[in-house]
Amino acid sequence: MSNETFSSIDAAPLTAVEKSAAARLGAAFVNRLVIIVPYVWLLFFFLIPFIIVFKISLSQTAIAIPPYAPVLGFGDGVAGFIGQLKQLGLDNYVWLTQDPLYFYAYVSSVVIAAISTVLTLLVGYPVAYGMARAPASLRPTLLMLVILPFWTSFLIRVYAWIGILKPEGLLNQFLLGIGVIHEPLIILNTYTAIFIGIVYSYLPFMVLPLYSALEKMDYSLIEAAKDLGCPPTAAFWKITFPLSLPGVIAGCLLVFIPAVGEFVIPDLLGGSQTLMIGKTLWNEFFSNRDWPVSSAVAVILLLLLIVPIVLFQQAQARAQEQGR
Amino acid sequence: MASLGSIRRDFEPWNDPNAKPYIRFENVTKRFGDFTAVNNLSLTVFEKEFFALLGASGCGKSTLLRMLAGFEEPTEGRILLDGQDLRGIPPYRRPVNMMFQSYALFPHMTVEKNIAFGLKQDGMPKPEIEARVAEMLKLVKLEQFARRKPHQLSGGQRQRVALARSVAKRPKVLLLDEPLGALDKKLREETQFELMDLQQNLGLTFVVVTHDQEEAMTMADRIAILDKGEVMQVATPTEVYEAPSSRFVAGFVGNVNMFEGKVAASDATTARITGASGAEIVVNNVGDAIAGANVAFAIRPEKIKVSSKKPAGALNMLEGEVYDIAYLGDMTVYHVKLDDGQVVRASAMNAARVTEDPLTWNDRAWVSFLPDAGIVLTR
Repeated sequence: MSNETFSSIDAAPLTAVEKSAAARLGAAFVNRLVIIVPYVWLLFFFLIPFIIVFKISLSQTAIAIPPYAPVLGFGDGVAGFIGQLKQLGLDNYVWLTQDPLYFYAYVSSVVIAAISTVLTLLVGYPVAYGMARAPASLRPTLLMLVILPFWTSFLIRVYAWIGILKPEGLLNQFLLGIGVIHEPLIILNTYTAIFIGIVYSYLPFMVLPLYSALEKMDYSLIEAAKDLGCPPTAAFWKITFPLSLPGVIAGCLLVFIPAVGEFVIPDLLGGSQTLMIGKTLWNEFFSNRDWPVSSAVAVILLLLLIVPIVLFQQAQARAQEQGR
Repeated sequence: MASLGSIRRDFEPWNDPNAKPYIRFENVTKRFGDFTAVNNLSLTVFEKEFFALLGASGCGKSTLLRMLAGFEEPTEGRILLDGQDLRGIPPYRRPVNMMFQSYALFPHMTVEKNIAFGLKQDGMPKPEIEARVAEMLKLVKLEQFARRKPHQLSGGQRQRVALARSVAKRPKVLLLDEPLGALDKKLREETQFELMDLQQNLGLTFVVVTHDQEEAMTMADRIAILDKGEVMQVATPTEVYEAPSSRFVAGFVGNVNMFEGKVAASDATTARITGASGAEIVVNNVGDAIAGANVAFAIRPEKIKVSSKKPAGALNMLEGEVYDIAYLGDMTVYHVKLDDGQVVRASAMNAARVTEDPLTWNDRAWVSFLPDAGIVLTR
């Protein structure tokens, strides 16, 4: 087809059919370009960095700059490069299985992230529901209020929670003042503080997908359910909640994934004795200056998160093909 | 099977002084803030009646329906169903079901599950639910679509699922909010007759809201014409069309020609009405018009005859010029501009393939009509 088109360009002016064929080729090229852009982005900002981290995880610690060996290069020719490759090994991964600290840190992170995700859902759902049922004129303002905390640095907001939660902090002063408690509650440097911190910090990521799922739901469905004899609570569980499930799942993933690797919140609010993989990784990297082991920790963390996400997305795609 | 018309023909409980109304709106007012949607409205509907609420958008007809379903409470007045005051009864405890304009089918449930939804809520035993669902699917001819989700159906099929779901519980009253609004014209006309058959077969009371007068005329036993939250007239389709109670009703339902004038002389059977230009009309349907009253004489286009020659012996005739012609196949509509400037619309059935009296643009023409062809309106 393209041969014919090109030969006719020399011979005669393009006919309408040929012009449209050429236009289609052009459109196909533009379409492909549009698809290429995100792939190039992923290649440069995800795949290549990941390969570098993965390579470091296979290296050995060294007292050098950078603090690992071998550093791959062609300084000694192809034979030298192959020699360097031979030095790579899975020693660091073996090490991760030998010290139970890592296993506990992974499990503890997943458990903390899971509990926090459930708590965020419990707090976020009513917020999103209230927003979606608010008068349409008020919704943009409410949406704005949800996003507003992002205007301030995440770190500063977590620091602010120290001021609220510490024994002589705002919360304790308030509770002592109104006489609910008689001695300060110890919240800071406990798991409770981590949960509060994660729920607070990740709430917008839960509220926004929930809101968008709830907002586009046709309210006449609820009326129809009531009309058919369904009291409001039952109507919520039979109609509203199932229809908001895509939002629930999206919101939970958006909270759970970063919460597993969370470092700042457990470090600032959880104190020294809390165990989370993000903190372990930070210690490995900055305190021990053991780049290879911390890279191995990061790679395992990534695999831990990527497998359920891929499985979930496949399930969702299959469900969509079958018509929801 | 006997024609359902035989049931329909003798059905006129509204003329029976002993008949007990089934639904009764008593001085119902509904306000939304400053806006009065329904204003001191009273209305009765009888059991097994097919009742239509007809009006332009914003006339309060949907609000009436929603108050009956329980989604809104009247600000003042009360609504009785089968003798029971409905105030304070939530929608899920009312023995009425509604078919929504948007159909409101549950997108995450199959057709079967949608139809079974209300039955499950009532705690009906499973085998009975299955039997009822199968019966409903058969009724709306969707047996082979039972396992489909709503988004896999066409608009007409969705409409039938919505209908099946709303009648599955055998409600005392079925409320239909613009039930055919989303269908194309041909499907709408077929479905009108299906709805009528369904209502007769199930013996239910139907209250339908529509803005489509043809739909209301075709289906309903009686029509209530609403305007600005008030009832203008409640009557059978024939009465609404042939004996409208006011200028508004006459103008709202069908096409009409109105001659404004003053009653010059009136006795029990005849009146003479003098128009502004001095032309005189003799009419038989006098109503409550008294001499000297300002009235409108309303006459439907199909009751006016147009001819190129002065008709001999006609009591009422007016002269003018053919201003516009619309040939519609089954009939031709003429717009005749009278010498006093008023444009009269007249329609003629094309009974023969070639018209005997061909008229064309700018021809001089006479419009004529019988004294009892129209009606005198005082309001």
